[in-house]
Amino acid sequence: MADPASILERAHREDYGRIVATLIRVLGGDFAAAEEVVQEAFTAALAQWPREGVPREPSAWLMRAARNKAVDRARRSARLDARVSELEAVARVEQALAPLPDGDAWPAAPDDSLRLLFTCCHPALSGEAQVALALRCLCGLTTEEIARAFLVSPATLAQRLVRAQRKIRAARIPYVVPEPEALAERTQGVLHTLYLVFSEGYAATEGPALLRVDLCEEALRLVRLARSLLPEAPEVASLRALMLLHHSRRRARFAEDGGLVLLDRQDRALWDREQVAEGLAELEAALALGARGAYTVQAAIAALHAQAPRAEDTDWAQIAALYGRLSVLTPGPVVALNQAAAVAMARGPEHGLALVDDLEASGRLADYHLLPAARADLLRRLGRRAEAVAAYRRALALVRTEPERRFLEARLREVSEA
Amino acid sequence: MKYMLLIYENEKVEEALSEAELQQVMTEHFTFAEAIQKSGNFISGEELAPTAASTTVRIRDGKRLTTDGPFAETREQLGGFYLVEARDLDEAIGMASRIPTARTGSIEVRPIREYIPPQD
Repeated sequence: MADPASILERAHREDYGRIVATLIRVLGGDFAAAEEVVQEAFTAALAQWPREGVPREPSAWLMRAARNKAVDRARRSARLDARVSELEAVARVEQALAPLPDGDAWPAAPDDSLRLLFTCCHPALSGEAQVALALRCLCGLTTEEIARAFLVSPATLAQRLVRAQRKIRAARIPYVVPEPEALAERTQGVLHTLYLVFSEGYAATEGPALLRVDLCEEALRLVRLARSLLPEAPEVASLRALMLLHHSRRRARFAEDGGLVLLDRQDRALWDREQVAEGLAELEAALALGARGAYTVQAAIAALHAQAPRAEDTDWAQIAALYGRLSVLTPGPVVALNQAAAVAMARGPEHGLALVDDLEASGRLADYHLLPAARADLLRRLGRRAEAVAAYRRALALVRTEPERRFLEARLREVSEA
Repeated sequence: MKYMLLIYENEKVEEALSEAELQQVMTEHFTFAEAIQKSGNFISGEELAPTAASTTVRIRDGKRLTTDGPFAETREQLGGFYLVEARDLDEAIGMASRIPTARTGSIEVRPIREYIPPQD
């Protein structure tokens, strides 16, 4: 039999979020109190399970324990507050969460998880706070883990969480699933937050990659949860497809020395085929649900890459067309830059270079290292080596992450030595 | 719970409106106010005179300092408010987005602090 500690650890990973989700509702929307009672339940398990054996239904045991702690808590605070009768306070908790006989599995409460998802991603909270709350409450990450992932001090992160919880209380952000007329808009907000988590993990904007919690994995867990809770929402399927297709390349994205390997030079045998297949199936599902938004287009681009057996088999014409579509849906310099790169592949580097030059002239990406990097690459392919060297140097002056720096240095060496 | 819906707009935008446009905005305000009166959410609401009529008072070291204009120069100025009763922030946000100025300026949704009465 597996040891109690590892079973408990797995239960924490898998059940923390949904137990907290239910307890927040039971405790009238009090996030801090809910986290406290759930943590007490896990602490009790840590003491009891090694002594008395692991219960048959660990997650039901934990839920039951958390419920009992919530009842205790309601009783204690009613004693301190003359306006609330102890009986009423206890009854309120007991009614909000009916008990189950010992040993039974605890039924899933998808509505509670959905409430938690929408409340963590409420647009009245800052993006940073939304991400922190989601990782903390839904994924069960500790404050220290989240702080490390975002390269801020644990004190800063803790304060961010406290502020968010205070705002939820003071402004009375409701612990509900949004009304049908607001659901689509609010779902977009949820997706944006999950996308932030993923892209933070994917790009790792600064510093060494090794110290970071795998935010991509956490984002995938969250989007899978969202997908199961909102099965009819097309863009949720698209975002999940997008994440899966990008994540499938993770083993091929870095060389042994930690340097970044771009798509065209990646060893495609290292791509996670299972994840590719799952991503393609999700994209199919999204399209069948009528998805046509920005995440769908991005997923479609990733799918075209995933389906090319070799880099030279890539359908660049279609990718360039999809970037054209994306630049209508979400206009912006980064999309324009990607479009230029795709056009260069589809029609020749000189066509891409013309677009990159337009972008540079617009001044919209003045401090973005990928602009000179893209320019350098196109100049290199056109055989304009001196200009390419200058552009790589400019990109190196702007780059912020170590793997990208190594990548650019390697390219600069190639061009200088050729 | 009570929320103050604070209406901010660049005064120059309103000054630039034609008589007919101004009339249109006022009509929309009346329609909105009437709707939230009917639904029982309305507590009060006023339009403020322009900041040109505003005076700021401070007491420093026991001395009164009176200055012309609003407390802070900002791009958008507080031009009016609705005080409403709402179930929660979502309902208050829903009301705020129906205020005509939401399309041209911004509405700040600010909860009114609730004091728990002392127990005896």
